[in-house]
Amino acid sequence: MIEPGLTDLSRAAMTAFMQSMGQGAGRWIGRTMGVAVLLGGALALSGCISVNAPDKPIVIELNINIKQEVIYRLADDAKKTIDTNSGIF
Amino acid sequence: MLRSYSLKSLALGGALLTLVAGAGLAQAEARDPAYAAARAGGQVGEKMDGYLGVVGGGSPALRAMVDDLNIKRRAVYSQKAQAQHATVEEYAFTSGCLLIGQTSPGEKYQAPDGSWQTRGSGAPQRDSRCP
Repeated sequence: MIEPGLTDLSRAAMTAFMQSMGQGAGRWIGRTMGVAVLLGGALALSGCISVNAPDKPIVIELNINIKQEVIYRLADDAKKTIDTNSGIF
Repeated sequence: MLRSYSLKSLALGGALLTLVAGAGLAQAEARDPAYAAARAGGQVGEKMDGYLGVVGGGSPALRAMVDDLNIKRRAVYSQKAQAQHATVEEYAFTSGCLLIGQTSPGEKYQAPDGSWQTRGSGAPQRDSRCP
């Protein structure tokens, strides 16, 4: 009573659908991976370029951390020190 | 009796005065002639950080003299900074402000932009935090 032709046909259709789906997904994944690799390469390259040590003074940057109130507090004592050690100043 | 007493105190006072004057002279000694000449000639200058710098190339002897003076300065700064509960850099920078202010016309000093300037008759260019 069951017509085998119908079952076979539907199975064939399913298989074809799944195969096409599978192929599509595979292609999609492949393309995404390609883009990701390209992006990664670009990021790695730009990372390499941006790592440059500053060639200008670190000393001046340290001086910026010295606060004016500290300088004012030390000024009187520093003046005495300069006067009493005038040979080296 | 009175006369002998006053004579004795005078002698004592004189001896004390000589001692004090001697100690004062020993502390506030004059600059070495080579250093004084280098300053006047603009071969060395006062830096913002409280140390001396060689302007231009400079001979090995000049660089050695500047190094020696800076080592001595650093020793003084370290000792005084500790007494004031400050860092050596803070004490040295404060001294730098004052030392640049004390330069005579013709002497070199370091401006806030890092360049060497010759002190003129007016006020020197100093860091905005200087007193």
